[in-house]
Amino acid sequence: MIGIEGHYEVKLGPLPTLTGKPTHYCAGCEHGTLTRLIAYALHELDLRERTVLVDSVGCSVLAHEYLNVDAIQSPHGRAPAVMTGIKRMRPDLLVFAVQGDGDAVSIGLSELIYAANRGEPITVFLVNNGIYGMTGGQMAPTTPEGMVTMTSPHGRDIATTGAPIDASKLLATFEAPAYVKRVLLPVTPTPATDFYNARGSIEGARSVRNAFRVQEMGGFSFVEFVSTCNVNWKMSILKSKQYATEVLAKVFPPGLFKDKFGVEKR
Amino acid sequence: MTTARDFLKGNEALAYGALRTGLNAFFGYPITPSSEIPETLAVEYGNPQYPAFKVFLQAASEIEAINMVIGAAATGAKVMAATSGPGFSLKQEGISFAAGMELPMLIVDVNRGGPGLGNLGPEQSDYFQATKGGGHGGYRTIVLAPSSVPEMASFPSLAFSLAFQYRTPVIILTDAFLGQLKEDLMFPEVPAPEFDTSWATTGARGPVRHVISSMHLDLPELSRHSEHLRSKFEEVDRREQRSEKFDTDDADIVLVAYGICARLCQRAVGALRAKGVRAGLLRPITLSPFPKGELAAFVERGVQKFLVVELNTGQMLQDVQLATGGRARIGSLQRVGGLFPSPSEIVREVEVMAR
Repeated sequence: MIGIEGHYEVKLGPLPTLTGKPTHYCAGCEHGTLTRLIAYALHELDLRERTVLVDSVGCSVLAHEYLNVDAIQSPHGRAPAVMTGIKRMRPDLLVFAVQGDGDAVSIGLSELIYAANRGEPITVFLVNNGIYGMTGGQMAPTTPEGMVTMTSPHGRDIATTGAPIDASKLLATFEAPAYVKRVLLPVTPTPATDFYNARGSIEGARSVRNAFRVQEMGGFSFVEFVSTCNVNWKMSILKSKQYATEVLAKVFPPGLFKDKFGVEKR
Repeated sequence: MTTARDFLKGNEALAYGALRTGLNAFFGYPITPSSEIPETLAVEYGNPQYPAFKVFLQAASEIEAINMVIGAAATGAKVMAATSGPGFSLKQEGISFAAGMELPMLIVDVNRGGPGLGNLGPEQSDYFQATKGGGHGGYRTIVLAPSSVPEMASFPSLAFSLAFQYRTPVIILTDAFLGQLKEDLMFPEVPAPEFDTSWATTGARGPVRHVISSMHLDLPELSRHSEHLRSKFEEVDRREQRSEKFDTDDADIVLVAYGICARLCQRAVGALRAKGVRAGLLRPITLSPFPKGELAAFVERGVQKFLVVELNTGQMLQDVQLATGGRARIGSLQRVGGLFPSPSEIVREVEVMAR
């Protein structure tokens, strides 16, 4: 077990909701962490037999290789629409997707907004690392000002490319969504020591579980995980954790934006 | 609400035909001249006469609609979308995914005029897009072309049967004229069959789970998948070519036309026969697979002349040329912009060719 006293605990080792395949995720990436958090929540809430995963396009495109559940692929950005089709037809199923920021906040923003505004009882986990990971480090709508990427080699200029889009804040402006939350997922450096704080994983585990509970209660749930992409940020793993804490989490501060059913209190 | 016998617009008849064959879900986006389809289904949503009709949802875009269709199809539902020209273009990415993932579904394209915004008149200019794949990556779908309001009503049943039998998207390609035309019809007594949906993604029980994906990163694996799709369509090509013949037994010249054009040509054939010209008509019902067997048989029997009549600048013409293998003279009568050739124009064209 890992965990902090009084907090949520996640079991290590094999789970029936994991295929056991080694992931393709780069060392230091939070996608692997999130995969386990999801697998654990599905197992703990006994949801596997009713679950359909919708693969997005990006680094999470292979999520079905690791999560041992029924799954269907969606075109780039369209996961919330595909989820809507499944859920409307089969309200008894639990339907969720892991989307990246390039997928959900750029090409698929329309599908995300309309699914949220309809209050579809589905769950979107957004992995926001401020960059296109799978395609090799291009600028995303979430890229912080000044960040050097493959398509903003002189640093993102917000005068010509716009400011980073805050998906959590945006979705929280709609009436229907029941649960909107942002978590800083990476381990965070503790100043002046060699220790790293894993609070993000604990908070992430709780949020994944709550998101599923909210869907089961009939609400739209959205959790944004501020994450790292050390490979495309061209940083060491440790430096990327520091950058996530000091830069990305300032642009996208963690917080609970909506909790209609009060699941965080229970 | 309809009676077994009714007087309806083509679009309305198509919607009722789908309901009567057990349609489960519809996702759409309004576009002229197809909007009577979602409008009719919206009215009937919740009608206890159609208990299978569980979902009606208007999407925010054509793209959202086709992806909702994909999701519902993955649960094994009988699901459809309807659109026209520009909307059909926007749906192509989704149709490519659906073809790659082998999902049964019905897409209706009520063909309007011209590239771009064009106009709201009838054309058959989406023929290439519908019959040759339409989206990226190389695939084929089954395309049905009704030519009357009664067929608008009966083709959804045929479409779903084929879609589930071959696990493929099926397209009903009709046009603005047939969509808006009102005719008498008798609804056929069609069963609402249950199809095999054991492949659907509805939650994994035990060790078995289903993954529906068009992605095959391993090169030989994708090659095998594409080969599977190709051989599946070869089977469709062998078994499902459908067409209708009028007065072709002794014909020296055969007109080839589908949809509303076939109606005009039927009139023309009658007039030509009255004048002693031995003309006949072949009406493709499946545009894909194209009924090339019938055309080859005509050539085999010694038919030397064909006239292709279509509301585009020569698209089905190419399939007729291919099917006849350069062994016959192929004339082409084309009209675009929402206009039609009159039966007397068709008669004149045939008379010139027949000389």
